[in-house]
Amino acid sequence: MSEITSLLAEAKAAAETTGLSLSTVSRKLFNDGKAIARLEAGGQCTLKTLETARTRLAELQSGASAKTAAPAAPELETPGLAANDETGLLSPATMTHLDRLEAESIHIMREVASEAENPVMLYSVGKDSAVMLHLAMKAFYPSKPPFPVMHVDTTWKFREMIKFRDEMTAKLGLDLIVHINQEGVEQGVGPFTHGSQLHTDIMKTQGLKQALDKYKFDAAFGGARRDEEKSRAKERIFSFRSREHRWDPKNQRPELWNIYNTRINKGESIRVFPLSNWTELDIWQYIYRESIPIVPLYYAAERPVVERDGALIMVDDDRMPLDGAKPKLEMVRFRTLGCYPLTGAVRSTATTLPEIIKEMLVATTSERQGRVIDHDQAASMEKKKQEGYF
Amino acid sequence: MSVAALKPSDDVIEYLAAHEKKSMLRFITCGSVDDGKSTLIGRLLYDSKLLYDDQISALESDTKKHGTQGEKIDFALLVDGLAAEREQGITIDVAYRFFSTEKRKFIVADTPGHEQYTRNMATGASTADLAVILVDARKGVLTQTRRHSFIVSLLGIRHIVVAINKMDLVDYSESTFDKIEADYRAFAKDLGFESITCIPMSALEGVNITKQSSETGWYQGCALLPYLETVKVRGRLDEKPFRLPVQWVNRPNLDFRGFSGTVASGAVRPGDEIVVLPSAKRSKVKSIVTKDGDLAEARPDMAVTLTLEDEIDISRGDVICAGKAPAEQTDQFAAHLLWMGEDALYPGRQYLLKTANRTIPATVTELKHKVNVNTLEHMSGKTMALNEVGFCNFNLAQPIAFDPYKDNPKTGSFILIDRRTNATIGVGMIDFSLRRAKNVHWQDLDVNKSARASAKHQKPCVLWFTGLSGSGKSTVANLVEKRLHDMGRHTYTLDGDNVRHGLNKDLGFTDADRVENIRRVGETAKLMVDAGLIVLVSFISPFQSERRMAREVVEDGEFVEVYVSTPLEVCEQRDVKGLYARARRGEIKNFTGIDSGYEAPENAELDLNTAEMSAEDAANRIVEYLEANGYLAG
Repeated sequence: MSEITSLLAEAKAAAETTGLSLSTVSRKLFNDGKAIARLEAGGQCTLKTLETARTRLAELQSGASAKTAAPAAPELETPGLAANDETGLLSPATMTHLDRLEAESIHIMREVASEAENPVMLYSVGKDSAVMLHLAMKAFYPSKPPFPVMHVDTTWKFREMIKFRDEMTAKLGLDLIVHINQEGVEQGVGPFTHGSQLHTDIMKTQGLKQALDKYKFDAAFGGARRDEEKSRAKERIFSFRSREHRWDPKNQRPELWNIYNTRINKGESIRVFPLSNWTELDIWQYIYRESIPIVPLYYAAERPVVERDGALIMVDDDRMPLDGAKPKLEMVRFRTLGCYPLTGAVRSTATTLPEIIKEMLVATTSERQGRVIDHDQAASMEKKKQEGYF
Repeated sequence: MSVAALKPSDDVIEYLAAHEKKSMLRFITCGSVDDGKSTLIGRLLYDSKLLYDDQISALESDTKKHGTQGEKIDFALLVDGLAAEREQGITIDVAYRFFSTEKRKFIVADTPGHEQYTRNMATGASTADLAVILVDARKGVLTQTRRHSFIVSLLGIRHIVVAINKMDLVDYSESTFDKIEADYRAFAKDLGFESITCIPMSALEGVNITKQSSETGWYQGCALLPYLETVKVRGRLDEKPFRLPVQWVNRPNLDFRGFSGTVASGAVRPGDEIVVLPSAKRSKVKSIVTKDGDLAEARPDMAVTLTLEDEIDISRGDVICAGKAPAEQTDQFAAHLLWMGEDALYPGRQYLLKTANRTIPATVTELKHKVNVNTLEHMSGKTMALNEVGFCNFNLAQPIAFDPYKDNPKTGSFILIDRRTNATIGVGMIDFSLRRAKNVHWQDLDVNKSARASAKHQKPCVLWFTGLSGSGKSTVANLVEKRLHDMGRHTYTLDGDNVRHGLNKDLGFTDADRVENIRRVGETAKLMVDAGLIVLVSFISPFQSERRMAREVVEDGEFVEVYVSTPLEVCEQRDVKGLYARARRGEIKNFTGIDSGYEAPENAELDLNTAEMSAEDAANRIVEYLEANGYLAG
């Protein structure tokens, strides 16, 4: 580990003295512009890669051109892009499945930006949203995404999510809309007093409808994936909602090739799911490859939790009635993020991305199991969606 | 074997690096109701250990409730996602499934088999590289097998796996397998497949799914999964000329002007000469911009942004092509069409046609023939119903750049959209340009419309009267024409009496004939406007789309829609010609307002209800409108 740390320090110094950007240095050392960032974030690499990088760094420091170095295949390299030092241009290798997914999502986003009158990107602050935001930054580069991002805040989200949300959108220079169902707040709706179902319906589903009506958005991006749940597997990428925000699963528009029919009548709207064809593993893999920041709650840390109906619930603020129970500090992390009283933690020691991915790969339960709302009834998600749940 | 089979001791970084390099195969499964499609996919997910414990326990509980396999786990329940399907035991919509093995990542489109869901099957087939067609070993090649094969061939799939399933129920008989294989190959020889691979299997028992099984010792070929892992399907579009349909013009500031889009075919490098269609302006590629850095080359399916050496005007829908091999351009072409609308296709009716990034009005000018999707025989017909396939001539309002679908599905495909409901009602695959677009040149006459109009001191236009029979259209139109005549204006009236008996005497009153009737009247009115006349058209014209078409054949401001909105009760009470009474008695079929619909205009220039005002007042209102809007000036 200290080997890597010292190499990173030297690489940064080299970047300063040569006037090259850190990503260029990264590309020269690792054939990968993001390798340094990833190592800084706790990534690992093999000794051979480290050795090659050291040789190249020495050449760079001595003013010799890095291109004389033997083009050894570094293990950490991502196969998508490799730099050509003659021209400074990137030579794309054969597209991998992640490259194809990325390109498909970008195509979808550009189509909406071109055809919708007033689009918005729904931002739930979770890992899928993080990927979606990252893709939007790529899709319109060097322009900014030509739409705002909107968070429907139920007022029961983890505090760390809110902090992350504000920092992230500020850093990317995005226009953030936060919508809270004020009627719900006035009625004091919350998961402890009203139960998970009613709370989710009022603060999330109704809140979303209010926001879409208020701002008259005609298209809204969401981060849902088809691998999440059975009824989502059948939903189109462009999914239509009536004036009452209802989804009609039996009357979906045929969706062929990559030609999307985006036309709607007044008052109707479209939900667009650019991540439809991504799996949970794709998401994590892409976060790793692209060094995408995610809410720290995904990483294991000691957090105060209590056990409720078999789930580990984090005590995120003093609104949680403890009924005499004492929160215990446990090493836990979250596989999905939502309202803190409704999101079960898992015991874990995974503090880096590779550890999280590994934990996921050897897991024996599916991702949505951590969510309380899906278990209500067999066809619960389909029913919720017909009613306007995203 | 599978992704989920990672052991705690494995190195995750190495594992990820290996997974990252995998290619992707998208395939479709199709078959009839009980061929076991959903079971096969459930089996693939189960055998590649992609199911989690909670999913398996949910599956077991579902099996008890809805299962059709007795004690065995019913894998079909895993994939039939919609509640309606679970209850009815059928698959009604295409479902997408994901799994991966050591070699590949897969996206499976599980599609319904019923003929009534053909459109859903086409949806799944449009993005697939390969099709797995299930055949029940007990039943052999059926009508459905032929239909599915035809649809996937129509959508351009070139690689077929014929999964001869339920072999356990025929004692794994080699001769049964051989006969089905021979039947299928004989039938499919004209469908243009590059490869057909027949595999004997039992999805229920897991035979020849992940590995060759001993039950079929006589079978020397690959099991299904190893075949899917190794079959080569891509690369067709790499060899084609470069095409990039512009999706979005990228202008963050005055110094940057980029053209964003997904490469449809071919490769492009900085310095390459390109030509932009339809403008035919030429330039060279300056850079290929992505957020990760500029690229040395862009290839098919990559989403990029191009900048050019020269400042030329390019907008969304234009196609950037290789300078040496540009796409064809045409406004008339022949194409295969799969109709997906609940309402029939009518030649002559105007629809919106969307190609890669471009949406333009289009009509089917001629339905050359229909294809019986079950027998592949050609049939004649005047209209097309839901799930029918036809070969049609199209006429577009503007030319588009295209390649024949068989050469390039990305630039040879389109969808048709209903202008009123916005539904996707058809999908098409372009075969060839009719080239008439290049051969017919409009003669540019020196005496033109404005010359003729100013000689008559009026602005020519169409006054289009629409409304129910007996609403007073003709009465009002007559009064208006008299007033205009008195004012020295040049007019002409087209109505049922002088058109139905001559120009349109070959047409009846079916919906298809009504569409054609109005199309001809609209075109005739256009010629008269060109002649400088004020044309009064008095037709029931019940459909919005035909009225819109008539509006769009003339120029902006030349169409004045007069909705004579007298309610049905009043019209029926008047019943001047006794037609309502006869329609009520069933002596006249397809009578508007009785057993045929009337779509009221939403944005008519004038709305006149003769139950509330006299015909004279209505005529005055129209003349006032014409004066106020400059039609009678000069």
